[in-house]
Amino acid sequence: MSTINQVQSVAAQPLSTPAAGAAKGMATTSPPARKPIRARSRDRETWIRIVFTAAGLFSVVVMALIIMFLFREGAYLFKTVSLSDFILGTAWYPTYDPPDFGIGPLILGSMSVTLVSSLIAVPLGVGAALYLAEVANPRVREWVKPGVELLASLPSVVLGFVGMVVIAPLMQELWDIPTGLNILNASLMLALMAIPTITSISEDALYAVPRDLMEASLALGATRWETLTRVLLPGALSGVGTAVILGMSRAMGETMVVLMVAGGAAQIPTSIFDSVRPMPATIAAEMGETPFGSEHYYALFAIGIVLFLLTLGFNLVAAWISSRFQQKGAATL
Amino acid sequence: MVDAPEPIISVEDLNFYYGESQALTNINLKVVRSQVTALIGPSGCGKSTFLRLLNRMNDLIAGTRVEGKVIFEGVNLYGPEVDPVHVRRRIGMVFQKPNPFPKSIYNNVAYGPRLHGLRDRAKLDELVERSLKAAAIWDEVKDILHQSALGLSGGQQQRLCIARAVAMEPEVLLMDEPTSALDPIATARIEELVKELKRNYTVIIVTHNMQQAARVSDETAFFYMGRLVEMGPTEEIFTRPRKEQTEHYITGRFG
Repeated sequence: MSTINQVQSVAAQPLSTPAAGAAKGMATTSPPARKPIRARSRDRETWIRIVFTAAGLFSVVVMALIIMFLFREGAYLFKTVSLSDFILGTAWYPTYDPPDFGIGPLILGSMSVTLVSSLIAVPLGVGAALYLAEVANPRVREWVKPGVELLASLPSVVLGFVGMVVIAPLMQELWDIPTGLNILNASLMLALMAIPTITSISEDALYAVPRDLMEASLALGATRWETLTRVLLPGALSGVGTAVILGMSRAMGETMVVLMVAGGAAQIPTSIFDSVRPMPATIAAEMGETPFGSEHYYALFAIGIVLFLLTLGFNLVAAWISSRFQQKGAATL
Repeated sequence: MVDAPEPIISVEDLNFYYGESQALTNINLKVVRSQVTALIGPSGCGKSTFLRLLNRMNDLIAGTRVEGKVIFEGVNLYGPEVDPVHVRRRIGMVFQKPNPFPKSIYNNVAYGPRLHGLRDRAKLDELVERSLKAAAIWDEVKDILHQSALGLSGGQQQRLCIARAVAMEPEVLLMDEPTSALDPIATARIEELVKELKRNYTVIIVTHNMQQAARVSDETAFFYMGRLVEMGPTEEIFTRPRKEQTEHYITGRFG
């Protein structure tokens, strides 16, 4: 505080001197000399700028460091294992002697739960968005929308728990299968996690489609359903597409649910009742038991790289869709 | 005295409510086939509401209620067995703000006929061309049919919307202040078009612009405070109105 005041008074000198001289002759009628505020505000603005720049750069720098670390640690693996053996290998036996580091089954595990969960989540999520945007009356909407969004706040470990103790025994009994911890179970739980994302973003996109387009369609004798499928959904396509991809990316990267209910078997699945070991579950399960600096340790980082590239790909596709199919506003006049 | 021509639409004792408040009171009027009827009146007088009642667009607003009859070619549009979707296929509408779909020019015009089940490419091509010609926009768009309609100017978009409505081959075209968002040149083109359209269609046009009503319409109806004050041949309404309110409005003393 005191330094600021000093700065003020120093800066005030040259400005106030001529004014003070003039004031002597004019006696009491002259206005009091104004405090120059320039020096102080420039000072403060510099600080504010520094603080915000630092805050903005912080996450970027940390992100860059993490990625560097991830790639550096992962790269060590490829001194002993070839890239194609790693990606295309069909056996994951990291603790055998000699070990096998083929993550083919893990990639297929991730893919299968992501695919099946989107088959469940996309129709349900987009359907719920259509219901909220078009069918539900405002009072129902007020209750249902927060309800759907609340689903996103369920900790994934809770969903995993439900899948483990409720769904798994149910499936075993229902279909007489050896284990209820399988692709279908994990996909169901992942779908529950993806639905709020898909619904929320899709609903915003549907809501943003101008009402006068729907009126135009109805005035041409379209039914409500025809208007929904031919005007509303195409108009919201970019938003719905983005929502779907982000939902899938969430399912792909989710760890806890697949760790708990996917069954953990590193095998190439042949049916949705097979157990699988998706990539995030592998890393989470094995990292704690791996000696630091071992081949196995580096292999887990290499899996992290693959996972990172896959989710990055999903997000890039989502960004591309939302820019590519962006509607350029309603009628331009 | 010549016999009055047969009306295509006759409205009988029509009342309309938004929830508790009454927007239209006791409207009785007849619209003559193949003429342009202008609905004029100050903002909030109910003329747009009335227009939207003629193709049941107000059905889409929750909490509205209609009493009375709108008889279109002998059928009460508010009869229990009438499907509003069918009504809208025969009574087309053009809106205040141009609202083309974010699709190609061709697909905008083909939208309605396709709903009808018209799939034949040659017939669709022919219908699209005929509709765009009827809306006096064919020469401007014939080389860019497959480009987005959103690239057109406001006036072109509005004529495209007219073409889109015409493609349904409706009997009546409702126009809700179709030029209020357009510049004077685009407005003049739409007005020319309205005069052309009455050869094949019955046009009912809501307008804020009295000169426009005088220029394009054969009949004029003056609405005030939810009531039909006066209706008659446009020339008479503008030169020797029978009611004082009409005279005050058209001479610009209020509204």
